[in-house]
Amino acid sequence: MNFDCLIALAGNPNTGKSTIFNALTGLKQHTGNWPGKTVLLKEGSFRHQGCTCRVLDLPGTYSLTASSPEEEVARDFILSGQPDAVVVVADATCLERNLHLVLQVVQLTARVVLCVNLMDEARRRRLQLDLPKLEEELGIPVIPTTATTGEGLEALKDAAIRVALGQLRPRPTPVPQTAGEPATLLYRRAEEIASLVVRGQTRPGADLTARLDRLIISPTWGLFLMLALLAGVFWLTIVGAGYPSQLLAGILFQGESALGRLLQTLGVPAWLHDPLVLGMYRGLAWVISVMLPPMAIFFPLFTLLEDFGLLPRIAFNLDRFFQRSGAHGKQALTMAMGFGCNAAGIVAARIIDSPRERLVAILTNNFVPCNGRFPMLILMGTITASAVLPGPAGGLGAAAIVLAAMALGVLATFAASKLLTATVLRGEPSFFILELPPYRRPRVGTVLVRSFLDRTLAVLWRAVVVAAPCGLLTWVLANVSAGGSTLLARLAGWLNPLGRAMGLDGMILLGFILGLPANEIVVPIIFMGYLSAQALLEVQDLGAIQSILTANGWTWLTALNFLLFAIFHWPCATTLLTIKKEVGSLRWTLLSALLPTVFGLALCTLLTTIVKLWAM
Amino acid sequence: MTLADLAPGRWGTVHSLRAQGILRQRLLDLGLVPGTPVQLQFVDRGGTLAAYYVRGAVLALRRSTAEQVLVSPQGELL
Repeated sequence: MNFDCLIALAGNPNTGKSTIFNALTGLKQHTGNWPGKTVLLKEGSFRHQGCTCRVLDLPGTYSLTASSPEEEVARDFILSGQPDAVVVVADATCLERNLHLVLQVVQLTARVVLCVNLMDEARRRRLQLDLPKLEEELGIPVIPTTATTGEGLEALKDAAIRVALGQLRPRPTPVPQTAGEPATLLYRRAEEIASLVVRGQTRPGADLTARLDRLIISPTWGLFLMLALLAGVFWLTIVGAGYPSQLLAGILFQGESALGRLLQTLGVPAWLHDPLVLGMYRGLAWVISVMLPPMAIFFPLFTLLEDFGLLPRIAFNLDRFFQRSGAHGKQALTMAMGFGCNAAGIVAARIIDSPRERLVAILTNNFVPCNGRFPMLILMGTITASAVLPGPAGGLGAAAIVLAAMALGVLATFAASKLLTATVLRGEPSFFILELPPYRRPRVGTVLVRSFLDRTLAVLWRAVVVAAPCGLLTWVLANVSAGGSTLLARLAGWLNPLGRAMGLDGMILLGFILGLPANEIVVPIIFMGYLSAQALLEVQDLGAIQSILTANGWTWLTALNFLLFAIFHWPCATTLLTIKKEVGSLRWTLLSALLPTVFGLALCTLLTTIVKLWAM
Repeated sequence: MTLADLAPGRWGTVHSLRAQGILRQRLLDLGLVPGTPVQLQFVDRGGTLAAYYVRGAVLALRRSTAEQVLVSPQGELL
């Protein structure tokens, strides 16, 4: 595709830069890994007055001094001469701080447009900005915008294109050079400009953000509130997913008979029909009906909280534990990401600059259960809770068990980090600075669309791609006999002694091994194994599931051990490949698999031994 | 005194930075240049992390980092 010009977006974090990017490019965007760079850049395009523009979203930075990989990328790209114009997005409520970056950018290139965003927020705080004065002081075009409402976007496109095509030539005012460090000089000049441009001052600590933070990051209430919020999210996910799961299962299993009839009409022989329908299709149907509803609830809820600005507060509340574990504070963020998808959490560890601390974050990410493991946890939690508490109380009990499982994962993350930083990854901690941006009302529409497209569908698609061949393989193993028993039964038989010692059984261990491609298919494989040779049954309601499990010797201890092993075992294939790619070493990748597995083996065996001794 | 010695709600003015290298650059880039007023807003339990108001933003620094920033106290509680 031919482009008339290339525009780069720069700006501090939390200025609404990505909202501007989304508003400019709409859905015409993709993420690209630029050669030689570890930082992912988003790219998109828009058309304006017959002109097609490519837009590159540079990483959000406070500066261009190249003291972090993001800054280096932003600086190098601006200096490369590739962009025809640079749009710097600034926060209208915090102009002085943002001008520091603007003054740095105009030292590198004259083709700059300043976009003063969050104008609605500034008006709400009764800040008056003399933008013509700002234009005069800086010598570059200044466009006021409110990205969320679209205010000023046309003017921004206009100005950016005119600068890019050379129709408008900004003449940035040089910063007076006196003695002192560059940052000090730039901030002096920024103060000077802000004092001429901004009228009205917000008092720190008086706004909604400060009032909320007094609660959310309070030493007394912070952790408790966070746990309560998380419990609420899990409860909504568990309760909300129940009915749609059954509905989906009903529809998909009806689809099965339709598929069967269709294959019959087409004259497909029985030996092919069975593996296709009873193996592949049923595996798929299970994965979709069990996975889709909880994901479709959890991901949007999580993204809403993320959009609201909660993640940095979680990092604030957890930092003292990370400090004690010798880990970097940003590991709280990669860990939170891991709850969605461990592979994503491992890629996110790039935000940690120190290689040693980044490795700690990568090796321990799998200790928190990802979304693909939620259905397992929810199922085990529901089975255990419903045995004790009937009715709606069961849902609360299940949420409590899932929450406890998550908390255990977090505690294990601290323990594993401590273990690593005390042994193979010893070293001095690097510095950690965390910005607590203002809370912002989540953009519900965008969040719903993006969390569905970027997260839910992506994860579901991956599971589906893996579930089909795995369903087929499991069916074959369950139906091909050698020496009187099926291959599946023989394999499970070999694993049985180890499984028993852990309070599980051979089939469960085999399910986890065959489920290496994706955790979502572990439970379906185990069920296929239990119902061997008859393929996956129509197991829609809890009663049916429970009676199958009881018939196969399950007790509450089995469910509990299953829960533990679901949290602590090797990462899925995608995660392992991601780790290999990120750390580039087979040894560390193996350690990342070994560490949680040893944890799980030890924990299950210990629990089982204690319970057995107790019962004697 | 350093940033780590500020009491909650109190203001100080940045005097100079002890830090060198990348940390120094980072602190300067975030606006902690000499002459900048800073207010301590929140401290976590145990006092290992504290959030400061710096030029319109709230930044949380670990104690070891806050000790790198020398400040002179400002009397009034705003």
